[in-house]
Amino acid sequence: MAGTASILAINDLTVALPRGADRANAVEAVSLSVDPGEIVCVVGESGSGKSVTAQAIMGLLPAELTARSGSIRLEGEDVLKAGGARLRHLRGTRMAMIFQEPMTALNPVMTVGDQIGEVLEIHTTFAAAERRLRVLDIMRAVRLPEPERLIDVYPHQLSGGQRQRIMIAAALVLDPALLIADEPTTALDVTTQAEILKLVRDLQQRRGTGVLFITHDFGVVAEIAHRVAVMQRGRIVEIGSREEILRRPRADYTRMLIAAVPPLEPPARPPKTGPVALSTHGLSKTYGSLGLLGSGRVVRAAQSVDIAVRRGETVGIVGESGSGKSTVARCVARLIAPTAGEIRIGEVDVAQLPERRLRPHRRNVQIVFQDPYRSLNPRRTVGMSIIEGPINFGLPRPQALDRARRLMTLVGLAQDVLDRYPHQFSGGQRQRIAIARALAMEPQVLIADEAVSALDVSVQAQVLQLLDDVRRRFELAVLFITHDLRVAAQICDRIAVMQRGVIVEQGVTAEVFAAPQHPYTRALFDAAPGKDAEFGAVAGAA
Amino acid sequence: MSIEALPAELVDGPPQRRRSWRLAARNPSVIIGALIVAILALLGALAPLLDTLPPSEINPVFRNKKPGAERVIRDSSGAEQKYVHRFGTDSLGRDVYSRVLYGARVSLIIGVTVAVISVAVGLAIGLIAGYIRWLDGSIMRIMDGLMAIPAILLAMGVVSLSRAGLIAVVIAIVIPEIPRVVRLVRSIVLSIREEPYVEAAITVGTPTPLLLVRHVLPNTVAPLIVQGTFICASAILIEAILSFLGVGIPPETPTWGNIMAEGRSLFRIYPHNIFYPGLCLALAVLAINMLGDGLRDALDPRFAKRV
Amino acid sequence: MFTYVLRRLLATIPVMLIVAVFVFLMLRLTPSDPAAIIAGDNANTEQVAEIRRRLGLDQPILSQFVIWMGKTLQGDFGESFFFKKQVAELIFDRLEPTLSLAFFTLLLAILIAIPLGVVAAYRHGGWLDRIVMGFSVLGFSVPVFVIGYVLIYIFAIELNWLPVQGYQRLGQGIGGWLQRLILPSITLSVIYVALIARITRTSVLEVMNEEYIRTARAKGQTEAKVLIRHALANAAVPIVTVIGLGVALLIGGVVVTESVYTIPGLGRLTVDAVLARDYPTIQAVILLFSLAYVLINLAVDLAYTFLDPRIRY
Repeated sequence: MAGTASILAINDLTVALPRGADRANAVEAVSLSVDPGEIVCVVGESGSGKSVTAQAIMGLLPAELTARSGSIRLEGEDVLKAGGARLRHLRGTRMAMIFQEPMTALNPVMTVGDQIGEVLEIHTTFAAAERRLRVLDIMRAVRLPEPERLIDVYPHQLSGGQRQRIMIAAALVLDPALLIADEPTTALDVTTQAEILKLVRDLQQRRGTGVLFITHDFGVVAEIAHRVAVMQRGRIVEIGSREEILRRPRADYTRMLIAAVPPLEPPARPPKTGPVALSTHGLSKTYGSLGLLGSGRVVRAAQSVDIAVRRGETVGIVGESGSGKSTVARCVARLIAPTAGEIRIGEVDVAQLPERRLRPHRRNVQIVFQDPYRSLNPRRTVGMSIIEGPINFGLPRPQALDRARRLMTLVGLAQDVLDRYPHQFSGGQRQRIAIARALAMEPQVLIADEAVSALDVSVQAQVLQLLDDVRRRFELAVLFITHDLRVAAQICDRIAVMQRGVIVEQGVTAEVFAAPQHPYTRALFDAAPGKDAEFGAVAGAA
Repeated sequence: MSIEALPAELVDGPPQRRRSWRLAARNPSVIIGALIVAILALLGALAPLLDTLPPSEINPVFRNKKPGAERVIRDSSGAEQKYVHRFGTDSLGRDVYSRVLYGARVSLIIGVTVAVISVAVGLAIGLIAGYIRWLDGSIMRIMDGLMAIPAILLAMGVVSLSRAGLIAVVIAIVIPEIPRVVRLVRSIVLSIREEPYVEAAITVGTPTPLLLVRHVLPNTVAPLIVQGTFICASAILIEAILSFLGVGIPPETPTWGNIMAEGRSLFRIYPHNIFYPGLCLALAVLAINMLGDGLRDALDPRFAKRV
Repeated sequence: MFTYVLRRLLATIPVMLIVAVFVFLMLRLTPSDPAAIIAGDNANTEQVAEIRRRLGLDQPILSQFVIWMGKTLQGDFGESFFFKKQVAELIFDRLEPTLSLAFFTLLLAILIAIPLGVVAAYRHGGWLDRIVMGFSVLGFSVPVFVIGYVLIYIFAIELNWLPVQGYQRLGQGIGGWLQRLILPSITLSVIYVALIARITRTSVLEVMNEEYIRTARAKGQTEAKVLIRHALANAAVPIVTVIGLGVALLIGGVVVTESVYTIPGLGRLTVDAVLARDYPTIQAVILLFSLAYVLINLAVDLAYTFLDPRIRY
């Protein structure tokens, strides 16, 4: 509750959208507060208005959005009424913000030391030497290695996690009372995310900073929140303590969201005994060469990968960025040719087949891509996209359309929308269409390359369900690529964990989760946010 | 627009591309530009009907008359008629007004012809460079080489190779414009190739030529139209410069450029020879550039940057 | 970074080679006999044969090329048919006027255009922005020589402030040299200013949409500093790129401007050579201008290493 000692007290805030948008207000009648030393998570799906709220606090709303009514009190002062100069003073000294993409949020042509030092330059009268000392101090506080060296380095020379630490350093260097974090770990690997979350929690505890943490990931909420605010379509649906929201959600929407979060414990699954539809032996992909002077870089994206998928089975490849999981998927789909190894679809090794001999085999392996907004040609109707494949293989157009219609029903969409264009559908619907397109080829193997990673959690649950249904009905061999452990736990019969191009561990999902052997696998599971939390009072019926 | 992704509802509306073209039709730059060009083209086309004299008719008696000069003409039936030289006459007594109107024809035709040919040739070469990896390197080297020679010089060089004339000038202007189109098309091809929907088409077995036509080519239409518009403007300018320098179209066929060339020597006393065609030239090129700008803003092709 | 510099240097070689091949082939590409064209319509067969022998056209084409390349690399461009002098000498004579003109134009253009573009981006949508954009389209559209004549008419003829045409060598007095360069430089710079102002505005505007601008504002930075330190610094690469590419326009414009203002520079030389079909001169001038263009763009590429640390490391 907002007491007079609250650092942040938002009261009845309404921010209007310009005319012609899908609703009148980006956020409506939003009230929440952050007390000293407390982390409040604002959680919601896309379009919920959580980012707009954060921007409104900092006075950084884009020009098209206007704060219509309400107040935002930062340490008692209403920032909505503050003038430009006052706001600029408050930013950096009393309130600070960190953003989602550390690569794009840092100026590429300024050293990271200068970017942290900029805060000091703006708000203090310290001389350059003094500034440098303080920058080094804060860099140590955010646990950056070798601060004396890194201070003069440019953002592109650092890793994603290091860059985010720089952002945190710049935000906290003048010890603001309020830190606003807008999805700061969403773009990071699971292990890096865990480190950053820990860092934020530690720093916040030590300095007594109030943190407003925006996220869509309930695992993160479980990991660090003291209190939670749930937003939907611009309104606050529910506010409560972490226990209350995660275990005893009251609002229907919250319950639905919690139920949609896949638990980290894989359910028991009977082993699949169908024939092996896809197998790779020694699959390797190497990029680059040493070049004339021996100075070129060689990247071993995949090294000697052995995987087998039976019909009716879902095998997951789990890994962080750079693990090679996507490379394996693209090799299997023959979007790229492997440098070495075999890829057997049924009995045929397609690894090195030239395009013309490969084409008849293409129908046996289909792929659903990650980005629903780019996997359908925006200029063609969805119907045309679905029938393109069957027509390539000689199916006459009327039959192809027939098949398309049946598939649309199968994936849960109406039949008569075949004439519409992709932009007229939502992300989740587009993924269903992408699945229909893949199924139109009547494949044996279906590759899902991070197929649900770009979807909201509620939609994700539906699409995962669809994939499962489809696998059962058509006895498909599904190769499921993901970085999300919960998703892997939920639908994979067996998983393979990859790190830097190599499979470090492989086995039945339940076994691997229960007793991971390889240190990397263990680190991965340890880092999963909210791994110790229990969601929902009702056992999720996924 | 909304701040984050749209919620899961079917949005009704016409497909994206038609909306862009409609947007283009309402863009003020497009409307004004197109209107001016249309007027100029009309003036050129209807030149014989607009009270003009034959543009190459020499009349030494009436040379270097200032604008507004009157004279008496006998028409075919022998009757006498008064004629006003609205824009004056040049040093050979030809009516500048008539020449300017007839000049519109050649200048505009050259502009459009060069634009169409360079876009067509550039498209073909660009597609090849973008899709056939092993040819890409050599093709782009040659294009780089051609682009290293400033356009006017290249055009002048080509013109010097043959007799002056319309075809020579057209070829001379086309050659320096092609590399830029090739670059544009190639960059579009390279980026579209990476798009997931093109990869999806590959996985469903679409052969490469069909891939190009169905998925890649449509993405080139808008940028090429924008680029073509700018090429048209540039071609008209280059032709004018070539003719002005005396290395373009010979003066029997009037173009705005050679009308001005003709008036160089006596410019101090008789500036009308330069100003009237210069005005028309500037107007035409301005209008076409406005048209191109407006089209580009409306169609928003990510690739058709002015430079 | 060293490899970057090396690669850029090496990359200019194939480009210049292609230019050289094209320039060389120019003479050999004519549908009719080049020697006959040079000799003119009234020559007899002996004269034509003599010219052919003089040009070395009777030898196999590859050896012609090698001989020609060899001579060119030593600075021997042959003898001009028209001027009856060594082409190298001709070029050397005309270098100063063109360089003076180019130098002033560049200076003028950059000093005017970049601030103009930055201000237009800053006051994006306002009246200043519209004026700058309008001027820029005009600058592209009105041909160089029309601008030249308009300026001459206003400033030289009507107002009589400046001389109409002509050029004065630096050695003959700096006052006159400057005075005669004012109008030509302004004329030539118009198109260049239009180009640079526009690209400056566009680049700065694009950069203003980047995330790190939001970060800078979130730190409480003033708008002015955001513009200069964050936006302009990142927009520098495309701006400098266009400055380099725009030199092609500059070179084309030089040819015309020198004609309008009767400046005895390389541009005029080119026109005279083309009119007279003086191929050795045409070839030499095209080669030189192209080399200058390539070298300037090479300098731009090297400048990137200062502007963008991602290239340096």
